[in-house]
Amino acid sequence: MGDANLRAELGSPGRRLGTLARHLGVDYSPASSSLMASHNASEIVTPWPTAGSYGGSVFTNVVQAPEDPILGVTVAYNKDPSPVKVNLGVGAYRTEEGKPLVLNVVRRAEQLLVNDPSRVKEYLPITGLADFNKLSAKLIFGADSPAIQENRVTTVQCLSGTGSLRVGGEFLARHHHEHTIYIPQPTWGNHPKVFTLAGLSVKTYHYYDPTTRGLNFKSLLEDLSKAPRGAIVLLHACAHNPTGVDPTLDQWEQIRLLIRSKGLLPFFDSAYQGFASGNLEADAQSIRMFVADGGECLTAQSYAKNMGLYGERVGALSIVCKSADVAVRVESQLKLVIRPMYSNPPIHGASIVATILKDREMYHEWTVELKAMADRIIRMRQQLFDALRTRGTPGDWSHTIKQIGMFTFTGLNREQVTFMTKEYHIYMTSDGRISMAGLSSKTVPHLADAIHAAVTRIK
Amino acid sequence: MASQNPIAPSPAAGLYGGSVFANVVQAPEDPILGVTVAYNKDPSPVKVNLGVGAYRTEEGKPLVLNVVRRAEQLLVNDPSRVKEYLPITGLADFNKLSAKLIFGADSPAIQENRVATVQCLSGTGSLRVGGEFLARHYHERTIYIPQPTWGNHPKVFTLAGLSVKTYRYYDPTTRGLNFEGLLADLSAAPPGAIVLLHACAHNPTGVDPTLDQWEQIRLLMRSKGLLPFFDSAYQGFASGNLDADAQSVRMFVADGGECLTAQSYAKNMGLYGERVGALSIVCKSADVATRVESQLKLVIRPMYSNPPIHGASIVATILKDRELYHEWTIELKAMADRIINMRQQLFDALRARGMPGDWSHIIKQIGMFTFTGLNTEQVTFMTKEYHIYMTSDGRISMAGLSSKTVPHLTDAIHAAVTRMK
Repeated sequence: MGDANLRAELGSPGRRLGTLARHLGVDYSPASSSLMASHNASEIVTPWPTAGSYGGSVFTNVVQAPEDPILGVTVAYNKDPSPVKVNLGVGAYRTEEGKPLVLNVVRRAEQLLVNDPSRVKEYLPITGLADFNKLSAKLIFGADSPAIQENRVTTVQCLSGTGSLRVGGEFLARHHHEHTIYIPQPTWGNHPKVFTLAGLSVKTYHYYDPTTRGLNFKSLLEDLSKAPRGAIVLLHACAHNPTGVDPTLDQWEQIRLLIRSKGLLPFFDSAYQGFASGNLEADAQSIRMFVADGGECLTAQSYAKNMGLYGERVGALSIVCKSADVAVRVESQLKLVIRPMYSNPPIHGASIVATILKDREMYHEWTVELKAMADRIIRMRQQLFDALRTRGTPGDWSHTIKQIGMFTFTGLNREQVTFMTKEYHIYMTSDGRISMAGLSSKTVPHLADAIHAAVTRIK
Repeated sequence: MASQNPIAPSPAAGLYGGSVFANVVQAPEDPILGVTVAYNKDPSPVKVNLGVGAYRTEEGKPLVLNVVRRAEQLLVNDPSRVKEYLPITGLADFNKLSAKLIFGADSPAIQENRVATVQCLSGTGSLRVGGEFLARHYHERTIYIPQPTWGNHPKVFTLAGLSVKTYRYYDPTTRGLNFEGLLADLSAAPPGAIVLLHACAHNPTGVDPTLDQWEQIRLLMRSKGLLPFFDSAYQGFASGNLDADAQSVRMFVADGGECLTAQSYAKNMGLYGERVGALSIVCKSADVATRVESQLKLVIRPMYSNPPIHGASIVATILKDRELYHEWTIELKAMADRIINMRQQLFDALRARGMPGDWSHIIKQIGMFTFTGLNTEQVTFMTKEYHIYMTSDGRISMAGLSSKTVPHLTDAIHAAVTRMK
């Protein structure tokens, strides 16, 4: 920090103390009753009221937030000069050549849109593009879904999966009598924050069993049994992130019966429809089972992965209600959540999706490109499994091919992960999650070597 | 403000097969957007929509700027472009260019790296993210908003976690600025309170402070340690000149103090539905700006993770290219000039009609909107009898007028003013 800045910051005795305390990592604020260190850096540090007077910054006590753990992996990867580095961090699809992919059908749809001189850029309605909403509901619930035909579904366009979860969460915090949401342990790192900021309180239910590297089904049922009536339950529709462990259809049926008997409210996160198995209907089975029993649920849909529209932020929140009348009222209240957040959603990505979904030929082309992505990932799983078996790597690595979707929860511990990053330039999240989409036939051997070394040298 | 949900959710809702949302009440239609809903339902061939503030051509059509179409073509035809996630803070080029646009390329704040800029969803998103940041990190949780202001402002800030108070702004007797009331109210605000300022073309009144008045506002706010939060939705669109419309913001930045600015490209680049905007926080030091930016990410990530790429790419493409930028300024000025032209035509038509009262506010007010001064009854009358659609506060969007429809509006105003008091 330059001298001038330092003087500006330390212009008063009170602030000097505050700054000193900050450098010592000690919580010092007029509102705190002790000098106990806090320190989750993302917590609110009570701002010092005189910050700003005497020429100092009113934000002088704002602490540097830690890098997002998932996105931080790519930041570290980018800094690494090694020619053998592999990025298995963020869940974005990569081709066999390690490149991002824009689907052909997406390029075609975009060309059609941009070359249409009659298209304008007016505000969408608060609820988004109507066609997109209807088509999205059909995609996830099935075109013949009674819920849709009975007009019991309200669908609003949101900003990808995150935006759909946030809007749904805020709606529930305002209009549902139970403000607790149960999320699986583990889950996507951003889930707890999304729901907390939406105004819900977050609890967890058992999900992953590290000993089997599979589902801890008994404890899952026990935990949900103990949840209070009306509690919200977050369910990953398929391809659980980060573990790749999904319930079987039988297990889903048991989960459904339990949830319905306890009056729990399901909130599905569907980020991988079609991307997990290569089949759009198969990946929507869990959701459709719940909708088929006539009960209510929420669904957050993302087109980031299955249409490769990541940065366009395209998604939809659907709320399946008991009646059309309720659905209408619910939709009107969803608008009151969205309008003060960003007024109305972005037009471009949703237009691409609608263009594809409503055209038979483009829809078909999409399913073909989607299956190709899913198949490549399944192939990478097999190749990695085979490579580890060939090396005689100790342990059972069958979870590599049993787990579903973009991610594999390797079961590697933090020390092993750190070792692999340091010695082999393999980048992944510290929980041992690897993105299979980031692998290629060329890099599988290097990863297998790294895992083998980590497992044999570090316990 | 009427309660949105007066009935508490019932724990018994959902039992015995009922809906858990049985007690959710139908929310009222958004007052501003509801105008267009009503307009669309009207079968009259002479209907005029002066509701939502979206630009219309002389032919009454929406406009996509030529330079925007060109930029979009460049982007979509570039085979090397991908659709990967942007960083949480958005497109870096877009952020830098946006800061330069509003603060001036030579702004010391920028050169000293004291500005944290994050891409957000147009003006609304920028206000919401800024509000949430302040609610978490700033010691004063009250924001003062002008009376009147854009209908969505109170809700944005309330949901961000701030408490909302108002300061006097519009004087109905002069149809101008209640400057004394404004200064008195800001003087009475607690030190450190946040103050929302419309950078130019105040919405809904079109009444802006003069540069002298801005200077007095600035001195008062700095002496009271009040924190300025600018809403800049009309840069270039109000006067036709990008620098002139940024004067108020730049005066505050020039004194070395801190402020927030929400920028929207909805109107000045016609990118409405693409949701392109930026939140900038001007800080005392580069170190503070870095820390502030890191905390802004913690607001954005749990809201929507990262912002949409398309609109921001269009803006960046235009702003970074000399020729595209120049073409933009010409198209922008043409839109602003047409609106100023409509103001003059309406004023002349009312004067030719021998309208009682002083209608000079029509040409004094600035930007897309005119606060006619008509009351709710008069507005209802104009909608019913003349099929003129506007918000019930008497605000009309000049962008929705054309030479062809000015006479009809004049008739309607004349009738409303002479028949109803």
